[in-house]
Amino acid sequence: MTEETSITSLHLDVLKEIGNIGAAHAATALSDLLQRKIDMHVPSVQTVSFDEMMELAGGAEEVVVGIFLRIEGDADGSMFFILPVEQANHFIRSLICDDTFDLYHPPVSELGLSAMQEMGNILSGSYLSALSDFTGLKLYPTVPGLSIDMFGAIISIGLIDLSYVTDQVIVINTSIFEEGEGVRQSLKGNFFLLPDPQTFMKIFKALGVA
Amino acid sequence: MDVAKEPSTIRTSGLGSCVGVVLYDESKKLAGLVHVMLPDSTLNRTTQINEAKFADTGVKAMAETLKRQGALRLKAKIAGGAQMFQFTSDKDSMRIGPRNVEAVKTQLRKLAIQLVAEDTGGNSGRTIEFDPATSILHVRTVNQGVTQL
Repeated sequence: MTEETSITSLHLDVLKEIGNIGAAHAATALSDLLQRKIDMHVPSVQTVSFDEMMELAGGAEEVVVGIFLRIEGDADGSMFFILPVEQANHFIRSLICDDTFDLYHPPVSELGLSAMQEMGNILSGSYLSALSDFTGLKLYPTVPGLSIDMFGAIISIGLIDLSYVTDQVIVINTSIFEEGEGVRQSLKGNFFLLPDPQTFMKIFKALGVA
Repeated sequence: MDVAKEPSTIRTSGLGSCVGVVLYDESKKLAGLVHVMLPDSTLNRTTQINEAKFADTGVKAMAETLKRQGALRLKAKIAGGAQMFQFTSDKDSMRIGPRNVEAVKTQLRKLAIQLVAEDTGGNSGRTIEFDPATSILHVRTVNQGVTQL
């Protein structure tokens, strides 16, 4: 990856800022949706191997709820919103007012899944429109897909295009969480933004740091 | 790429569109596992090629490794190649699962390795574990539990 060799600490700061702005908007959207206070962690930008990528959400076998979309337009990339199953349950229950909803016990209601998908839609949409405003790049997200499965199986779809060019991936990782009384009460989700290799320079150019 | 001999087992977890290819010699109780991500090494754009990633080079390299370690008659069991998300995107990468499976099968035919069993396609992630002692491949999915091939 030729782009990688020329990435400076200034570039990393820019990528962090992207994660920051995107996640902040997503957190605001979620807060409006749930009428609760949503907080976020400082974003991290890491260069990781594919194996290390698996560890970012508890291992390849960890069952998670994953929302995935491709970004097309001026810049290409993949975006994931990953949520532990327990927390997705908690969220969906409060959204559809049904305490019996449980992703652990299929078949689950269409309404619940649809609510989950809509949440993914809203969060990734606000993340990306913030990113688009910030960079001036036109970004067109695909309709998000929803999958409840092993993290490794879900995230690998974002690594396919990258793996023709590199065995490493630059991931912009931001987590948002709900300030609650306990683990069960708190909602924690991770955004993983994986820009395609040729996209980095476009982002840097758009922001005048190329 | 890992090789195991009885009583060890080999496993790989969280296979989505990737394909786990197990090559084994029943009588020698020897087996190797390749984790195939992509169908075709000629599309590789890096300077250094990671053979294990591609169906064509990965299966071939594993067959050679096992033969060097004394394997004579190789057979194969494969699992994976799912399509995790249903998309209307025209991007090739969205159909990568079925293409990986096809490429692995083509390579097995080229090398005259018999494909004994497969659990491929669908839209579930898989964790697989192979026991060289019994030649059984255990496939675990989130919703269907463990099946044996």
